[in-house]
Amino acid sequence: MSKPKVALYWCASCGGCEEATVDLTERLFDLIEAVDIVFWPIAMDFKREDLEKMEDGSIDIAIINGGIRLEEHEEMVKLLRRKSKIVIAYGSCAHLGGIPGLANAYPREEILKFAYEEAPTVINPDKVRPMKKVTIDGMEFELPEFLEYLKPLDEVIDVDYYIPGCPPTPDLTWEAISKLLSGEIPPKGHVFGSDKSLCHECPLNETKPDEIRLEELKRPHQVILDRSKCYLAQGVLCMGPVTRGGCEALCIKGGMPCTGCFGPLDGVYNQGAKALSFLASVIDIEDEEKYREMLEKLGFDPIGWFFRYSLAKGMIYRKKRDGE
Amino acid sequence: MKEIVIDPITRLEGHGKIVIKLDENGEVQKALLQIPELRGFEKFLVGRTAEDAPQITPRICGVCPWAHHMASTKALDDLFKVDPPEPAKKIREFIYNVFMLEDHAIHFYVLAGPDFIVGPKAPKEERNIVGIIKKLGVDLVKNIIVTRKKLRNLEQLLGGKITHPVMGLPGGVAKPLSEDDWKICYETSKEALEFAKFTLETFKNVVLSNDEYVDLIKSDAYTHKTYYMGLVDEKNQVNFYDGKIRVVDPDGNEYVKFDAKNYLDHMAEHVEPWTYVRFTYLKGVGWKGFVDGKDSGIFSVAPLARLNAADGMATPMAQEAYKEFYETLGGKPVHHTLAFHWARVIEMVYAAERMMELIEDPDIKDPNVRKLPEATPDVGIGVVEAPRGTLIHHYETDGKGIIKKANLIVATQNNSARMVLSIEKAAKSLIHGGKVDDGILNMIEMAFRAYDPCHACATHSLPGSMPLIVRIYDKDDNLIKEIRRD
Repeated sequence: MSKPKVALYWCASCGGCEEATVDLTERLFDLIEAVDIVFWPIAMDFKREDLEKMEDGSIDIAIINGGIRLEEHEEMVKLLRRKSKIVIAYGSCAHLGGIPGLANAYPREEILKFAYEEAPTVINPDKVRPMKKVTIDGMEFELPEFLEYLKPLDEVIDVDYYIPGCPPTPDLTWEAISKLLSGEIPPKGHVFGSDKSLCHECPLNETKPDEIRLEELKRPHQVILDRSKCYLAQGVLCMGPVTRGGCEALCIKGGMPCTGCFGPLDGVYNQGAKALSFLASVIDIEDEEKYREMLEKLGFDPIGWFFRYSLAKGMIYRKKRDGE
Repeated sequence: MKEIVIDPITRLEGHGKIVIKLDENGEVQKALLQIPELRGFEKFLVGRTAEDAPQITPRICGVCPWAHHMASTKALDDLFKVDPPEPAKKIREFIYNVFMLEDHAIHFYVLAGPDFIVGPKAPKEERNIVGIIKKLGVDLVKNIIVTRKKLRNLEQLLGGKITHPVMGLPGGVAKPLSEDDWKICYETSKEALEFAKFTLETFKNVVLSNDEYVDLIKSDAYTHKTYYMGLVDEKNQVNFYDGKIRVVDPDGNEYVKFDAKNYLDHMAEHVEPWTYVRFTYLKGVGWKGFVDGKDSGIFSVAPLARLNAADGMATPMAQEAYKEFYETLGGKPVHHTLAFHWARVIEMVYAAERMMELIEDPDIKDPNVRKLPEATPDVGIGVVEAPRGTLIHHYETDGKGIIKKANLIVATQNNSARMVLSIEKAAKSLIHGGKVDDGILNMIEMAFRAYDPCHACATHSLPGSMPLIVRIYDKDDNLIKEIRRD
């Protein structure tokens, strides 16, 4: 029997997902033994035309990380979809847009204007901008163009499974790939990781009160946390209750609260909205005016706190941009 | 006119490429390294609570997240005007050296090693990790993998996550070093030091004993006389975590030494229409185009530049290696791009020695690792030496610490102009009469690989050879030849 064919590809990503793959360490060699890697631009010189030549559906599993920011990403993932039986969105960016999705809160023009004109170190009196096509001394040079905004993978192609995390842990990666390779196929749309919130695996869960009531919120730099007690109960925002578990609670063990990279629990589309309503339920201030005062005094960033990895998943800012 | 496109598979959206334009006689008219990197981090940091920046900015690069994490954390110290307790500083510097060693080691063995250990003219099938196994034995490669794993384990112990750590806060770190964790750090540091010493010995035995390599390092195709920049301590010795930014001119004399917070007085950026990268240059000298020399503001960063910009290394074995480096290559400064590799190995020895110094310091176990900020935040600027060079984070906030403006000078940017010089010079020296072959490919590849540019950081991963495709087009854009190097 021939080995299963696996393709790996990255879009607008930082490379952390590749590092997570390499952190499989010895198991990476097992993986290379067990499968036939037919496409992995990071490590192998197969190009787009090689992929195009393959028969449709001939790749068993395509693992794609990064959000969709360039036209080329769109074309490549559509091609991979056609060639593959199973497509996995790997990591927060493919899953939810991830941190680069925060850029969706700003029009593309503002991003470019800052980068090439307004940044304090830039000296650019002629307002030169990188261009899709440019002629220098009669010679033409091309650059790929950026899309208006960043999209998670499943807004461009049909996705079968998700491996969440920024980045996913090596153990979770191994578990998911082993399951799929052994034919243990979960229902379509399955998100690997726990089906319970992070709190269930949090080492501080025992100290979490049944009901949390906070009179004020604190920002992480304003308090020295007792690392043996639930951080949320100490008044610091922790996304644990509204975030899927399976991450080994690494940030918690590192002495910091959860920021939500594993995304929402099953049945929740909008992690940020869920987090906002959860927070509202634990703040013990009835008076709206006082509530507002508390937030004003604190300094408040709903996008960065609640939508840090999932802004691109929501439609709020995109609609604003499109003028719909 | 012919066009040659070298399309290295890179991490930056898969688009980093070299374009070489030939004239009618097949001579190089222009060669450019194009980088399409723009995700808008500076813009979308606006509106964020500043204390989140050390967790947001590492997502710029998953290979060097610790560099961004640390530069950002130091910018927060400055922003909130809080000086962390000594134990916190020592923990930070310790783990930062762990990261530098781990990152350098992978570059040296997996990416650059094949050119030197296996040989620049070795068959291409062997110019990779497999060739290294053949040459140095499988035990060594296992040792590299195990050492990397142990070093990264320390990153997880102290930083929560290896990729995208969470430890940094203004005024300190999130958790102190427990006795149990200290023991693991200590044991690993001892092993790391042996590993670094072994690496230096290997470099000497394999590379320096071979005159051909030394001649290649010294050859003109890989030489540019530019300024050099790096962080130095109060004795003008290399430091990765803290110090002043020192710049030396192409003759090796100090041009300027400044605090990171004054970087705007000394550094500026130039924009070109054919790439997304901004080219950093010395403001006082000015942008004179892609030329080297004393009148051009182009400078270099990263291992070779750090050694050139300093008067020496702060640890004994690294200092000895430093002296040998300049004695062998004909005094300071060294302008040979390929000497980056040797400089990187010397820095590995320094990082391991510094780890040992810090972990043996009884202070490092002190639980006092946080000081709460009290001042009103306004402007914060932080600097570290990333593996790939000087890295600056600059945030401006309102009184509640909400970011209003952010500017990032990312390490590879500082080498970008010199890299363009390197590509063009290598291409012009090597391509004549329109002839291109696999050997030439590798030689051009070596010109930018030496910098360990972050847009090639894909090659930090196994199996680590940098795949290349060269396509030669006639003037009507018809493909007339394709050369592949898998």
